[in-house]
Amino acid sequence: MSTVIKIEGLYKEYKLGVISHGTLYRDLQSWWARVNKKKDPNSIIGEDPDVNFKNNLIAIKDLNLEVEEGEVLGVIGHNGAGKSTLLKMLSRITTPTSGKISIKGKMASLLEVGTGFHPELTGRENIYLNGAINGMSRTEVSKKLDKIVKFSGVGQFLDTPVKRYSSGMYVRLGFSVATHLDPDILIVDEVLAVGDAEFQKKAIGKMKNLSTEKNRTVIFVSHNMKSIQDLCTRCILIENGAIIYQGNSKDVVDYYYKNIVSHQVKDLSDGDYSKRNGNGKVRFTSIDILNEQGEKENSFTFGSVIVFRIKYTTIKNVDNLIFSIFFSRHSAQDPILIVKNYITKECIELGENGTVEVRISTESLNEMDYQMGYLLSEDGIKKQCDFLEDATSKIRITKDDLYQNGKDWGLANKGMMRVKSSIRAL
Amino acid sequence: MEDNKKWTLVIKPGSKWFNINLHELLRYKGLIYLFIKRDFVTFYKQTILGPLWYIIQPLANTVILTIIFGKIAEIPTDDIPPFLFYMAGTVVWGYFSTCLIGTSNTFVENSQIFGKVYFPRLTVPISVVMTGLFQFGIQVSLFLLFYLYYWVEGSIFNTNISILFFPLVVLQMAALGLGFGILISSLVTKYRDLTFAMTFVVQIWMYLSPIVYPLTEVPESYRLLYSLNPMVSVVESFRGMFLGQSSLELSHVIVGAFVTIVVVFFGVVLFSKTESNFMDTV
Repeated sequence: MSTVIKIEGLYKEYKLGVISHGTLYRDLQSWWARVNKKKDPNSIIGEDPDVNFKNNLIAIKDLNLEVEEGEVLGVIGHNGAGKSTLLKMLSRITTPTSGKISIKGKMASLLEVGTGFHPELTGRENIYLNGAINGMSRTEVSKKLDKIVKFSGVGQFLDTPVKRYSSGMYVRLGFSVATHLDPDILIVDEVLAVGDAEFQKKAIGKMKNLSTEKNRTVIFVSHNMKSIQDLCTRCILIENGAIIYQGNSKDVVDYYYKNIVSHQVKDLSDGDYSKRNGNGKVRFTSIDILNEQGEKENSFTFGSVIVFRIKYTTIKNVDNLIFSIFFSRHSAQDPILIVKNYITKECIELGENGTVEVRISTESLNEMDYQMGYLLSEDGIKKQCDFLEDATSKIRITKDDLYQNGKDWGLANKGMMRVKSSIRAL
Repeated sequence: MEDNKKWTLVIKPGSKWFNINLHELLRYKGLIYLFIKRDFVTFYKQTILGPLWYIIQPLANTVILTIIFGKIAEIPTDDIPPFLFYMAGTVVWGYFSTCLIGTSNTFVENSQIFGKVYFPRLTVPISVVMTGLFQFGIQVSLFLLFYLYYWVEGSIFNTNISILFFPLVVLQMAALGLGFGILISSLVTKYRDLTFAMTFVVQIWMYLSPIVYPLTEVPESYRLLYSLNPMVSVVESFRGMFLGQSSLELSHVIVGAFVTIVVVFFGVVLFSKTESNFMDTV
């Protein structure tokens, strides 16, 4: 085993703000400082106390990392943590502000599927073009053409312009070319989010193959904790531009759920939700996700019970109050399952400040990570009082015997489902 | 740093002034070829007349110039048939402006693909310039056709041995278009104003070059200063080679070549500095 990637003291600084006439002035200022071998007055690296902080952002902060040959390294962290910036520097799209990355071997990066495909060209022409963009010679592509076509499954449409392709075919073709580049190091961003479940499985299998059979190194960024655990031998957790935890993937994923994700839902005042809508007559003050023992938890095994304990405050009186919980794959705009609970006179007396507990059995849920959304509304979904979309805390359902019986639960069907739930006031 | 050798690639903050990796560029020559093919194939895929446009464009331009500057303004053309005179100018200028405009958008137009995968960025402007060569080749053939026609009709041209230098003139033109284009493209990543300015620049530049008038129309004392515009020697030597009429002197050619080299140098320097970090500003 030898080290194939070595990152030392990596920093990346972005200048924020609008490019305007000020930019030209600052550029000249920085340039003049460089010419005179003085410190750049517009840089904050070096921690000079009297510099302008508001225009800069450090996306990667003193990051050190070594990756061994044959390793599949998972990179997790939530949006804006610096994962993509790291990947961009690794794949030479942008350069670091300071620090050094050393790489041994041929590297290919797959930050997007089908980069450089031209819609007017045929599938075959695009395979050659895409291969060349990624550094393959014509003869190399020709040698692998059959394999690429077979893996992508677009055989009969090979001489059709790709503008006539379905999006699935497009993605399959792009991924197929990329994995046949035969690099020593493959960098993969969240590209598998596209494509159907079957193809995702195939893609993950292919990446696994690369490392186990050919001893290639793979760096894999994903929000899908299941594929991270399936695929990665080691995992790093990035938060605010630095590695805060690393180890085997199961530990890191657990750490991520326990420490990063779970405490983020408590305080609703500072925007843990990407969106908060509604007329504001009634508002959430806190939401806690608990297990049956009343402990905070984000990960549930199939068959257990999830307890949602919400607190709300009434600003203007409403006749009926409905508390709905949205389970979705990506966004509460597109929910898989909505659990409605009426907080009405017949059920629970509507108080000014209330605490309500809803218990839901996980038996109606699938084995996956759910994006959560919470809604307080009067009279149905239309009159929203407070809608919290896309909470940062996800709920994960695991099924212990998933791999023993070899059955996958497949994808959830959208539509109405009877969900065992109960509501009570506290 | 004793173990520097075992790494195939070391990524560091871009600091070098002139870090064009020619070896790497050569390794990607297949990509340049594919870009050329792509641009050529897709150029006429959505058109009815297709490659005919390569011929229609210079013909229309030549007719317009002949009418406006030859017939109405009556600018002398050094005893060359006006139609041929203007066609020579149009063909040369057409190639140069194609290169200039095509390459000046390199970063902004390709930011989508540049943001996702690394390959030597210089492959894109180089392929633009080389795609333009096809167009230029077709148009020069058209020019030669008319040349033949006028010759049969009895015009006398002093076409001479200097025509052997024709490839050098084309090279200078390509280099100038590329150099100036990538210079602009690097600046455009930050200052988008230049995109709007480009239209004027190309237009004004054309009138500052001997396209619609011969060099003889420029007062002799100003000619050396005038030849600081490298297109002066390009256009005039093209005419001199094929039509044998030019008041171009060696000093003008040298000045033009020198300016071309300077432009290419600064273009490449700025381009290589920009390519390392432009994704952050574009």
